[in-house]
Amino acid sequence: MIEVKDLHKSFGDVEILKGISTFFEKGKTNLIIGQSGSGKTVFIKCLLGLFPYEQGSIAYNGKIFSELTEDQKRDLRSEIGMVFQGSALFDSLTIAQNVMFPLKMFTKQSKSEMEDRVDFVLKRVNLIDAHNKMPSEASGGMQKRVAIARAIVNKPKYLFCDEPNSGLDPKTSIIIDNLIQEITNEYDITTVINSHDMNSVMEIGEKIVFLKDGLKAWEGSKDTIFKTDNEAVTNFVYSSELMKKVRQMYIEEKQ
Amino acid sequence: MLYLHNIGAYFLMIVEMFRKPTKWSVMKQLILKDIDDLIIGSLGIVAFISFFVGGVVAIQTALNISNPLIPKNLVGFATRQSIILEFGPTFISIIMAGKVGSFITSSIGTMRVTEQIDALEVMGINSINYLIFPKFISLLLYPFVISIAMFLGILGGMVASVYGGFSTAGDYIAGIQLDFNPFHVTYAFIKTGVFAFILATIPSFHGFFMKGGALEVGKASTTSFVWTSVVIILLNYLLTQMLLS
Ligand SMILES: Nc1ncnc2c1ncn2[C@@H]1O[C@H](COP(=O)(O)OP(=O)(O)O)[C@@H](O)[C@H]1O
Ligand SMILES: [Mg+2]
Repeated sequence: MIEVKDLHKSFGDVEILKGISTFFEKGKTNLIIGQSGSGKTVFIKCLLGLFPYEQGSIAYNGKIFSELTEDQKRDLRSEIGMVFQGSALFDSLTIAQNVMFPLKMFTKQSKSEMEDRVDFVLKRVNLIDAHNKMPSEASGGMQKRVAIARAIVNKPKYLFCDEPNSGLDPKTSIIIDNLIQEITNEYDITTVINSHDMNSVMEIGEKIVFLKDGLKAWEGSKDTIFKTDNEAVTNFVYSSELMKKVRQMYIEEKQ
Repeated sequence: MLYLHNIGAYFLMIVEMFRKPTKWSVMKQLILKDIDDLIIGSLGIVAFISFFVGGVVAIQTALNISNPLIPKNLVGFATRQSIILEFGPTFISIIMAGKVGSFITSSIGTMRVTEQIDALEVMGINSINYLIFPKFISLLLYPFVISIAMFLGILGGMVASVYGGFSTAGDYIAGIQLDFNPFHVTYAFIKTGVFAFILATIPSFHGFFMKGGALEVGKASTTSFVWTSVVIILLNYLLTQMLLS
């Protein structure tokens, strides 16, 4: 469980987040949606402690992040996995070395234990014989899988994904979304996903937070998002022709 | 104001470089990789430039002394002096600011724009130590590069003088042994050590704190080269003033 209270974040004079409060539950896929530039990445990086913020608090399981000592922060970070928008794989390491990296850094496991774990998570994300490839030789979808494998290899309690399916074709996107949801349910972790993709919303939006102009404009789930009258949300949801048609059919069906 | 801010950030980065060290088993590999990239990878170009510039220095000196009263061994003497005092430490360091410096800036800068540095930070790794400390350690081997440059520069001078008929091998060797002042070598290696530190840290600073995308990585490499060279030239002046006069 992650609780955010009244989070404010500025760059220079520009206020990007203007007081956001919400919470993300364990075992659920929590989505943060909003247009490009609405502050999703900034929000998630504040949650991770990568950006300092001026006001507000972030609590992991009741413990306020900014009040932790350096050692406690490090312990907490070892329970966090993050999938960055561009995957952020280390390009001088092979795929297997990338996935092994957190284990090598933070555990005292033997080489064979680490190798077994790497095999296990790579199999979990459906990558079987890519161990010795370099990230640059892998396709976008493969890189995302590797990034997910690296994020979950050290059994995190919290998983963050910044636009996990940006730049992927629709079919691969759905596979990646479902993979994240399965992993979330399987290991009962708290997952927070940034997205601007309506497909993800419909697939895995167990909880949805809608950001607009630095504020939380709406909050709900995939079941309630199609019923809301909130204009900002409907504008976002029905911005594509396809979704407009879906809505038309929905209305006609009701009549 | 911005300059002051950057200078402050640079010194904080250097302090941070020694804090919260990365696990030794991992660090060892990073250092070996950087020695390969930064030191071994530069030997070829350094050897090539040193040999031929050494030759040119010798020829220029020879051509400028037509007076028969000047002893023949002056060619060797003058070549040795210019190579040990300036060409080796300073000139090669400027070349290295271009080669090694832009490599460091662009590789760290690329890690910044592709969020690899964020990935390290999220894991709780001190990314400054992880990325910059190994470069600092590898450049402790930089004096060896400069020694090789000095040797090949003087050798190049000899080959050019003998081959071009400006001096005999005997005269040249007598020249390079003439009036040898060991403090000049000390001075050269003090400079080398300082320049090695500059070469490791200023390009890293420009890569680490860059903002933007791929285009900015290119710009950062250029700015980094300019600043590294400017600082090397200024420190060269200060150290020469302090040590030799
Ligand atoms: N490091 C930064 N410095 C200054 N402004 C930033 C920085 N990162 C993001 N911003 C600004 O914050 C706003 C939100 O960006 P972001 O969170 O990346 O949006 P998105 O919702 O697309 O992820 C944008 O206007 C962006 O220009
Ligand atoms: Mg974003």
